[in-house]
Amino acid sequence: MRASTRTEKIWWTVITVLVLLYALFPVASIFATSFKTPSDLTSGKFLPTNWTGQNYEQILVGSAQDLFLPALRNSIGITVIATFIAVVLATLCAYAIARLNFPGKKLILTTALAVSIFPVISIVTPLFNLWRNIGLYDTWIGLIIPYLSLTLPISIWTLAAFFRQIPWELEQAAQVDGATSWQAFRKAIVPLAAPGVFTTAIIAFFIAWNDFVYGISLTSTEAARPVPAALAFFTGASQFQSPTGAISAAAIIVTIPIVLLVLFFQRQIVSGLTQGAVKG
Amino acid sequence: MASITLQNLVKKYGDGFPAVNDVSIDIDDGEFIILVGPSGCGKSTLLRMIVGLEDITEGELLIDGERVNDKAPRDRNLAMVFQNYALYPHLTVYENIAFPLRLAKGKHSEEETNKRVQAAAATLELTEHLERKPANLSGGQRQRVAMGRAIVRQADAFLFDEPLSNLDAKLRGQMRSEISQMQRRLGVTSVYVTHDQTEAMTLGDRVAVLKKGILQQIASPRELYEEPTNIFVAGFIGSPSMNFIPGQVENGKLQTVLGELEIPQHKLDKAEGKKIVMVGIRPEFFEDAKLVDEAKKPLGATFTTRLTHTEWLGNEQYGYMDFDPAPEVRDLLNSLAKDLDADELKPQIVVTLDSASRIRAGRDAELWVDTRKVHLFDPETGNSLTRDPEAGAALTQEAIQDRQDEIEAARSEANASGQQAS
Amino acid sequence: MSSTTANRRGAHAAEKRPKQVHSDRVKAERRLGWYLAGPAFIVMLAVTLYPILQAFVESLFSLRLTAPDESQFIWFGNYITILTDVVWWRDLGVTLLITVITVAVELVLGFALALVMHKALKSVRGLLRTAILVPYGIITVVSAYAWFYAFDINSGYINSWFGWLPFISEDTNWFAGTWTALFVIMASEIWKTTPFISLLLLAGLAQVPGELTEAAEVDGATWWERMRRVIIPNMKAAIMVAVLFRALDAFRIFDNVFIMTNGEYGTEVLSLLAYRTSITRLEIGLGSAISVLLFICVLLIAFIAIKLFKVDLSGNTGDK
Repeated sequence: MRASTRTEKIWWTVITVLVLLYALFPVASIFATSFKTPSDLTSGKFLPTNWTGQNYEQILVGSAQDLFLPALRNSIGITVIATFIAVVLATLCAYAIARLNFPGKKLILTTALAVSIFPVISIVTPLFNLWRNIGLYDTWIGLIIPYLSLTLPISIWTLAAFFRQIPWELEQAAQVDGATSWQAFRKAIVPLAAPGVFTTAIIAFFIAWNDFVYGISLTSTEAARPVPAALAFFTGASQFQSPTGAISAAAIIVTIPIVLLVLFFQRQIVSGLTQGAVKG
Repeated sequence: MASITLQNLVKKYGDGFPAVNDVSIDIDDGEFIILVGPSGCGKSTLLRMIVGLEDITEGELLIDGERVNDKAPRDRNLAMVFQNYALYPHLTVYENIAFPLRLAKGKHSEEETNKRVQAAAATLELTEHLERKPANLSGGQRQRVAMGRAIVRQADAFLFDEPLSNLDAKLRGQMRSEISQMQRRLGVTSVYVTHDQTEAMTLGDRVAVLKKGILQQIASPRELYEEPTNIFVAGFIGSPSMNFIPGQVENGKLQTVLGELEIPQHKLDKAEGKKIVMVGIRPEFFEDAKLVDEAKKPLGATFTTRLTHTEWLGNEQYGYMDFDPAPEVRDLLNSLAKDLDADELKPQIVVTLDSASRIRAGRDAELWVDTRKVHLFDPETGNSLTRDPEAGAALTQEAIQDRQDEIEAARSEANASGQQAS
Repeated sequence: MSSTTANRRGAHAAEKRPKQVHSDRVKAERRLGWYLAGPAFIVMLAVTLYPILQAFVESLFSLRLTAPDESQFIWFGNYITILTDVVWWRDLGVTLLITVITVAVELVLGFALALVMHKALKSVRGLLRTAILVPYGIITVVSAYAWFYAFDINSGYINSWFGWLPFISEDTNWFAGTWTALFVIMASEIWKTTPFISLLLLAGLAQVPGELTEAAEVDGATWWERMRRVIIPNMKAAIMVAVLFRALDAFRIFDNVFIMTNGEYGTEVLSLLAYRTSITRLEIGLGSAISVLLFICVLLIAFIAIKLFKVDLSGNTGDK
């Protein structure tokens, strides 16, 4: 690598600042909005004149808590369960694809690809009708099932790519070293596969967390409605007040887990996303 | 320490193709056996059958006389060094070496584990790297960690699967001698797979040459070199390879593309009744006639030829000449090249000359060939006509004796130092 | 040569032969393969294939949930209704417009970002990647609100910031006009999804051997020539895959439009039309027909991309 000269450094500083601006400005914008008082909203300024926590108060302990807190609980519960199921199923499937010889591998991968490009809205109408008939409408399970259609395909592709890179001969080496098949799997393979599974779980979590179409179509009350859908039903503190501040505050709260995951695991997420794309 | 016996081992895959076909080898306690052959000859498969990573289709595998065909790898108490080292990337060097001991739960106290790992690390000069992860090690260090994992076990035998093929040439030479010394010091039975014939010749007490799953010959390196049983072994062992040229026996002399060669009568007798024979001459059997002792000259034959080019290497030089064989001979040479993993080349004779020789390409030159050493092969079966089994067996016996002496010396030395210590 | 590959090759060769006898081991491996992969496969089919078939069946009925008993089998009546309605064609136009513009902008922007990440000094690489992943991970609805509030006539600051531009004033209502509303919708969409495309392109860039560009540099190529003649041709596959994926994704756009305009002022897209028909108005028959048509559109785009532009989605993932 070439030594970085002074001008090069200046250039990189400028580029970095530009990229940071691009990536973070809208987040900063809604962050600033979430700290504005209702009267401050129309100021036409980026930053609040007086920073206030009243919007957060409103959704966490105040009048809007009945709208937000159940939605948050739903979002977390449904997303975590859907992610867990998807990752477990995808792990088994990807292991088979990466490791075993059986006819139909290509069919499974192609199906996963087809499912991932499937227009979500096309599934919503039939599910809406079906769920109402069999009582899954407005329930957690009623969202977890369609969330699998979002999370399974990418999990399978990402994990299959990860698993293909594991030096599987370690398993045999461990057996020669005196391990049982189970020990060989647990001590040699699991530690290597775990990061891939974990990364996949993060990506699947992002996707399920992001859902809006299913959330708004297949729920009707706070029994199962997740945050993105709930935001659209927010109302202001009074009839004449816009819900802008409350929505902004809620938006920031649901963005926090995303930012934390990105901060701690950026390297893994990037490699997961690109590996699935390149190898897959 | 153990002896390993392979009785008529066969390995067939799903499509019925035998990757290993009826191989029998008796491996003595403390012996260093090399399995060698071109890629696809079944040598790695055979090794993995011994260690238990491949099922045995037919035949018996005995360790110390006990049948182990159906035992899991971990119950065979063998240690293996893999081609890509198979180090566990999530464990430190220390934990990699300790891994086999940790698996035998409760058998080894923490103290004993530590002692053994430290001892192995000291042997392999890894002590200062014990806390590092494999990813931060050089190729040679990784190789050593893989060996450490084998040593620490006190396994009955070591199995090596092309352990040096990922190292650069210089390191390979160094590691080769380290493996050799370690094996002698520990006196542990070893089976070593390689396609590199230098490794085969320098490491092995005996070398088993395989081709397409079939054992061609197992003998000491010297016997393989001097008394090969067939044209494949003759061509595979030795570098540059043995030259094969067609020859016809006429009037007690051998007519070849090099001209008329006078070779010892007892060799010619062996070729009786054959219309044509393959004459095998190693490059080093040739010499610049000018540089040959007058006393020695009559023992060989002298002929005049033209070299197409020469290569001067410092300690010696190679000379090349082309020849145009009859079509049936060309086919034979081509199929031999294929067996040896080489490309089909134009028929060429390579000669090794003294570095002082002034012979240059494109001019007539007088060469001398030591006809006492010439081999004759049956062009149909490829078998050697001139092989002397007794002389060969004597050579291998010598090697076995040497090994026993060396191990004896190493063990008594170990005993002596052990007694001193206690 | 390791015997694992020999083993695989052996088993593989067996698979290719027309008449083969499988050993028990091969059979057991096949069975285990399907035991492990089967559940995921079945779930994927159950959540997509089954609903789309159901949608197709329902699309042949004049079914309204408000009056379920009046359901009647009307063949392709719903399709005729939709395809002869100007709304479908207008929404299709809007959807295609959004797809084409966002993908085009994202490709350029994403490539620039990929280049930046590829070349970045080690010290800022982690920072850049972290920053870029924020839009990727953020909820689309949150992004929609962020952009909406920034441009909104009441709570926004864009009007006062850019008041000096001739076509922007304090009273510019971005969400009352088709083009201005679409502009903000697309801005949000582009912001949120460019990181994904840039990561795909980054992976493509990383696959171009460094020696190639060095060779071109020695041969006297300028930066631009290296880019155009060496790098881009060599990552064409990655570009095509990224474009196709994003195009299919953009074609499904829903969240941004729903939040910002709810399809008012001529900004309605096909997904929203389907939603409005079946979920809001409970016209299941018509809505199903729209769902099926949308599905067919996506199939068409994928088919055209794969056949016409020879996008190789499966890559080298065959059964190796």
